[in-house]
Amino acid sequence: MSTPERTGTIREAINEALHEEMERDSSVFIMGEDIGVAGGVFKVTAGLLDAFGSERVRDTPIAEAGIVGLAVGAAMTGMRPVVEIMFIDFTTLASDQIVNQAAKLRYMTAGQTKVPLVIRTAMGAGRRAAAQHSQSLQAWFCHIPGLKVIMPSTPADAKGLLKSAIRDDNPVLFLEDKMMYNQKGPLPDGDYTVPIGEARIHREGRDATIICTSSMLYPTLEAADRLAEEGIKVEIIDPRSLSPLDEETLVKSALKTGHVLVIDEGYQSFGVTAEIAARLNEKAFYYLDAPVRRLGASDVPVPFAPSLEDLTIPSADRVVEIVHEMRT
Amino acid sequence: MTDLASLTYENVETNELPQELLLDMYRRMVTIRKFEETVYDVYSRGIMPGLAHLYTGMEAVAVGVCVTLKRDDNITSTHRGHGHLLAKGGDPKRMFAELLGKQSGYNRGKGGSMHIVDMSLGILGANGIVGGGLGIATGAALSAKLTGNDRISIAFFGDGALNEGLFYEVANMASLWQLPVVYVMENNRYGEYTSTNRSTAGSGQDRAEAMNIPAVTVDGNDVLAVYRAAQLAVAHTRGGEGPSFIECQTYRWRGHHMGDQGDTYGYRTQQEIESWMEKCPIHQFRKELIDTAVTKATTLDAIDEEVQQLINKAVEYAKQAPYPDPSEVYQHVYA
Repeated sequence: MSTPERTGTIREAINEALHEEMERDSSVFIMGEDIGVAGGVFKVTAGLLDAFGSERVRDTPIAEAGIVGLAVGAAMTGMRPVVEIMFIDFTTLASDQIVNQAAKLRYMTAGQTKVPLVIRTAMGAGRRAAAQHSQSLQAWFCHIPGLKVIMPSTPADAKGLLKSAIRDDNPVLFLEDKMMYNQKGPLPDGDYTVPIGEARIHREGRDATIICTSSMLYPTLEAADRLAEEGIKVEIIDPRSLSPLDEETLVKSALKTGHVLVIDEGYQSFGVTAEIAARLNEKAFYYLDAPVRRLGASDVPVPFAPSLEDLTIPSADRVVEIVHEMRT
Repeated sequence: MTDLASLTYENVETNELPQELLLDMYRRMVTIRKFEETVYDVYSRGIMPGLAHLYTGMEAVAVGVCVTLKRDDNITSTHRGHGHLLAKGGDPKRMFAELLGKQSGYNRGKGGSMHIVDMSLGILGANGIVGGGLGIATGAALSAKLTGNDRISIAFFGDGALNEGLFYEVANMASLWQLPVVYVMENNRYGEYTSTNRSTAGSGQDRAEAMNIPAVTVDGNDVLAVYRAAQLAVAHTRGGEGPSFIECQTYRWRGHHMGDQGDTYGYRTQQEIESWMEKCPIHQFRKELIDTAVTKATTLDAIDEEVQQLINKAVEYAKQAPYPDPSEVYQHVYA
């Protein structure tokens, strides 16, 4: 039985999902840099080595292409690997394996094989980690047919979606915002799953819709609270999965409120926000009272200096401003 | 580290090997040759779309290795993959149908020459990316280790892929973790249009040995030399002693692909090509079989004829086969 009072962090949620899935299914194993003895650079995999041993919890060399390459081959031959790429920035080193191999094998072979593979990776700015450890590259992967892309924002979703991802027969990118690992919230115990491809209405409202991904939920909540004081009721929707995208829930909310702002921490140009805005224009244009607005990261490599970095990330202030602009 | 080169394969004379095995090897080599030369013909007449990278001249490598394998051992292949697939038991009809983009092709026409897979034969795929199969083969070996089955993986790759970083990433892990994978490098002397002399420092064997992987270099045009090396490597690897490496020195008679004809790219001489054609692996093996009284020329002629009929039928079948239904476009993106 799920106890609604139980809470935990996103870190704990992911760890618990891995633990439970490895317990449930002997074909699940995890592999990555420093995930075993060290418990992961963000300590997400702590304790798993003791629980499952070094065959199923494999510390690897620093070799991202090799890690994903092995995982693809293992997935094609009956295993369910969950690999950790320490930072999403390092997926560039594995991009052939992700884009040309994992994503395409099922299609190219007309269904003769499948690649049930999960790639967990930490993304997002705010850690003062500079331009090569701070990016939000989800749009790249959303652009590739054959991949699924998931971005949880709460402990419950992190647990439920990771369990679904591990059971999914496709390659799934599971993107964890590195600033959210300590985020607390309700954490259902036991076999709790969340279906991939269903958005969650985080808060209902009638005056404007904000569609926000991953950690963008938090500036959005702050902005929504401030707007509520002015009597503006914001509906907040977290798509949870970008590919596949629950277009229906997004469109329905756009039809209801007539004002939509889309927020994602990836670069604004050619990004997730652009795609969602375009779809809403195609499906809800005549019901909109204002153009769909977008808010992404500034189109610059993420700067190191905290004072500069903060300028590049969507903020609650900016969200409030845009909602005001949309409604005038 | 085991010294593969120093291990001798119980000094067996050719005519002491089972005749059935020798004739099977001959048949597989001829099948590849006739398949590829038919692809050349079909492509030249404009019937086959896309790209074709022919294996002609390299038959001894795929055959010498694949006859040592079990049906459920896994292989990964390359862009020049027809030979490996046929040597592992691939069906020429379904292969030709795939080459022509037909519904009854291995991949329902959605993969083509560089992407054929047959999971029932452990063919985990040709691959359009140079070195692309190395991760898959090594990962399949990891599966075997994790599940405790005795399957091994063979990764066929070229001299070009030896310079791809992926090789070092996966071979390092294979060696560290003692994974059951045999790396078979086909050195056909050119990576696309550039000589290995101008692209590769040192040798494949040295590079493998630097990672504690037992390695040997053999004449890749001598099917029995390849077979003997493969027997040792496969025994080592299947015996739980980790990966092994074989460099087979050979030569591709045809261009890098069908667009590479004559002097188009000017990177090798006709004289060089002809000198290698004189070392034809099939011709040499045929001579060996007759000289050692394994069989008579007439028996081999009969095999040639039988294979020719098989290939003719495969092409005819492929030509007659329907193209995929348009609905196929949207199927199999996701499982």
